[in-house]
Formats: sequence, structure tokens, C-alpha cells
Amino acid sequence: MEKLVFGYLALAILVSALLVVFSRNAVKAVLWSLVLFLHQAVLFLTLQAEFLAAIQIIVYAGAVLVLFLFVVYLINLREEITWPRFLSAYPLAFLAILFLLALSGAALSGFRPAPPKGILTAGALLAQGHTRILGEHLFREYVLAFEAAGVLLLVAVLGAVVLVRRIREEGR
Amino acid sequence: MEAILKAALPGIILIVEALVLLVVALLHVAYTTYAERKVIGHMQQRLGPNRVGPRGLLQPIADVVKLLAKEDIVPLGADKGLFYLAPFISLVAGATSLAVIPIWNRFVLADVNVGLLVILALSSLSSYGVILAGWSSNSRYAFLGGLRASAQVVSYEVAMALSLVGVMLMAGSMNLSEIVKAQISSPFKIYALPQIIGFFVFMVSAIAETNRVPFDLPEAETELVAGYFVEYSAIRFALFYLAEYFGMVVMSAVAVTCFLGGWAGPFEVPGLPFFWFLIKLYALLFFYIWVRATLPRYRYDQLMGLGWKVLIPLALLNIVITGGLKLWW
Repeated sequence: MEKLVFGYLALAILVSALLVVFSRNAVKAVLWSLVLFLHQAVLFLTLQAEFLAAIQIIVYAGAVLVLFLFVVYLINLREEITWPRFLSAYPLAFLAILFLLALSGAALSGFRPAPPKGILTAGALLAQGHTRILGEHLFREYVLAFEAAGVLLLVAVLGAVVLVRRIREEGR
Repeated sequence: MEAILKAALPGIILIVEALVLLVVALLHVAYTTYAERKVIGHMQQRLGPNRVGPRGLLQPIADVVKLLAKEDIVPLGADKGLFYLAPFISLVAGATSLAVIPIWNRFVLADVNVGLLVILALSSLSSYGVILAGWSSNSRYAFLGGLRASAQVVSYEVAMALSLVGVMLMAGSMNLSEIVKAQISSPFKIYALPQIIGFFVFMVSAIAETNRVPFDLPEAETELVAGYFVEYSAIRFALFYLAEYFGMVVMSAVAVTCFLGGWAGPFEVPGLPFFWFLIKLYALLFFYIWVRATLPRYRYDQLMGLGWKVLIPLALLNIVITGGLKLWW
């Protein structure tokens, strides 16, 4: 049963990811990535990671993709602009993909899951709940890294605002 | 055969419970529309519906029959698949949240540990229905409504999630049953008193999240005709209508569980464990209707200003105060 569910999820994720790339319509592409994210969340659920599954939906499906849709709406692309191929050597890409597949196949065949280290065994995770453990580690041990990441993101946001303001003022 | 029955029994019980909950919720939704028309009628010195059945009590049923019998029109140039899908997304995302809400001590369909996050996730998904309906209709009015809805829902979601963080901090859990139990054993009995800022932010952003007056800009009839569902007719329009009222019921239920002490009351009513839950739910639904009858619609920039400049800072302040008190007290 578990294998069946995993098989379905893996297949659905792969197919929807391909559909994201191949969709002619930008809105459809965003929606296929919504399907992709939902399946990913269920995959987290089968691994008992409820918190991650919920965050996946809230952040990616609920916020990021809605913003994507917003942008796609604003530029209002009903159909993709068709363009003549600008690379004549595109068959070489298939060769690269073939090599990539061979490489990842070789890497995966030698894959062994690492044994749990320290106190974070599967049993301890289940007993305490992911949310608590994640919070404790994030805000105690790794609080410096967490804050640094927060400041970096803030800088990026401020940078974007400054850039947009400058363009507007020049336009005036 | 018996073994199979025994194995399947929990599943069957769950399905029956889910069906009962859904039917009861649908009846509530239908009669919320009736209550709204009646209450607003009396507030505006009118009688409200009073023709169908005694005191107009059969009005919602007549409405449903009428909507079912109308022609289902798909506009020319609409994206058919998405046009059909959009109302269902709205309705399903709204209704599914009911599964994690504890109606009383022993009745909750899915007792998940991250119940609060599930509700937030589903309410963020329900915006897709509105956005897609606006886009797939191939109409200017609907498109503008969809755009407004996406911006509004994204901004107010942040405020709503932040307002619930205070509750999580106080209860030390995201399981909704645990939150109610923590409230019962706390000195205040309900979190609406110590979390008064959080409660205020939650109620305001819940109204915005369900696109109700005074934040109903996505469907402002004086500007956008009807906004995102202007092209919908018959049963598909009814689904959007249902989704809006489902959203109201679900948001009120979340407020009851997180801020008003859930199923607990001053005394126990024998035989009706859900008595206090329903009383509080009806009070909040009345509040929604009252707000609609009282307040005029916000302007779009005022709406965004309120969300980003007032509610989100207030919610953040609430988190800091709650965290500080929890740490030092």
C-alpha cells in the first residue's frame, strides 16, 4: 500500500513537473506547479512530516504561486509568444540529459540512508512532534544562522524596493 | 467476511460522521443566508423574506431549487476546464477545514497535530477559486475582481496567521482540541481576553479573507458588477455563494475554538455537548451580518493600508507581548 502511494506520488510529481515546462499557457503552467506542490505535500505527509507538509502548502501554494499568478496576470499572456529556435545545437541538450540520467542512476544505485545521529531518532521525532523539535533547534542552536538569513532576505526586499523607486523617479 | 467488515468499520464510521457534519454544515450555510436577509431586513426597517413557508422559513430551499433549474451558461472564449473547476476549488477548500475543528470534546473528524496550520493552508488555497474564476471567465470585470481578490487574500492571510501565533504561544500546541483544553484550564477560560489584540486582528482579517462587506472589493457590485463571478450562472453561481457562506461559518468556528473556548460554557447542558459551541458560532455569525448592515465599503488603497500598516504591525506587537509575558511570567 505504502509503495503504491509512493509510486503514484512520484509519477504524479514527475508528470506535473513536465507539464509545467511544456505548457504553452503561462497560467496553466502555474496551475500544474500547484498540482506538483500539493503532491509534494502529501509526500511529506507519508513521511510523517506534518509541519513541513502544511508549510509547503501555506508558503509555496498559498503565497508564492499566488504571486506568480499575479505577475502572469499583470503581463496578461493568454498564449505564449512563439519564437524561431535560436539555438541550432539543441540536439546536444538531449545528449547532456542522457549523461545526467546515467550519472544520477549511478549515484542512486549506491545510495544508503544514513543511520540517525544523536538524539533525533525517528521515535523521538514522533514522540515530540516535528514542530517542537524544529522550533527548538532553529531558535536555540541555529539562531545566528536563522537571523542572518532573515537579515539577508530583508536586504533583498529593501534592494528591490529601492530599484523600483529609482526607475519610477526617472520616469517622472 | 466478518473480518473485512471489522477492518472497514472505522473507515465507514468516519465517512458517516463526515457526511453528517457536511449535511449539518450545509443546512447551517443555507439558513445563514436566510438569517442574513432577515436580520438586515429588520435593521433596515423591512421585513425580509416572508412569502415562502411560515415567516419565509422555506426561502433558502426555494432559492436552491431556483438556482438548480436555471441555465448553466459558459461565456464565449472562456477557458472551459478552469471555468468549471474554479467554484469547486472555492467550496472544497472552505468545507474541508471543518474536519479539524472540534465541535465538542469527543467529536473531531481529524485530530491532527498541526490543525491550525491545516486551516491556514486551506484558506490560502481557497483564493485559487476566486482568482481562476476571474481569469477563466474572459471578462474585464471578472478579471479585475480576480486581481483584487488575489492581492487582498495574500495580504490579509499574513495578518490572520500572525494573529493566531499568540494563541499557539499561549496554548503551546497547534492541535485545536489541545488549544480548547488549554483555554479551559487557563485562568481566563477564554483567550479572547488575554489575546484581545489577536482576537481583533483575527476577526477583521477573517472578514477580509471571506471577501465580506466592508472588504468585499473583489465583488463590489457598484464598480465591478459582481466581480469574479459575474459570468457564472445557475448551479455554478450557487457554488460560489455557498463557498462564501461556508467561509463565514468556518472562520467563525475557528474564532470560537481559538479565542472563545470552543465547546466549554459556564455550565454543562445535558445531552447537548455542542450547545455552547453553536451559541458562540451563532453570535459570531450575527456579528458578520451586523457588520455588513452597518459599515460602508473600504476604498482599495484604504484596504491595503489597513492590512499592511495597521493589522500586521498590531499582530507582530501581540506576538512580542505574548512571548515576553510567557517568558517572564
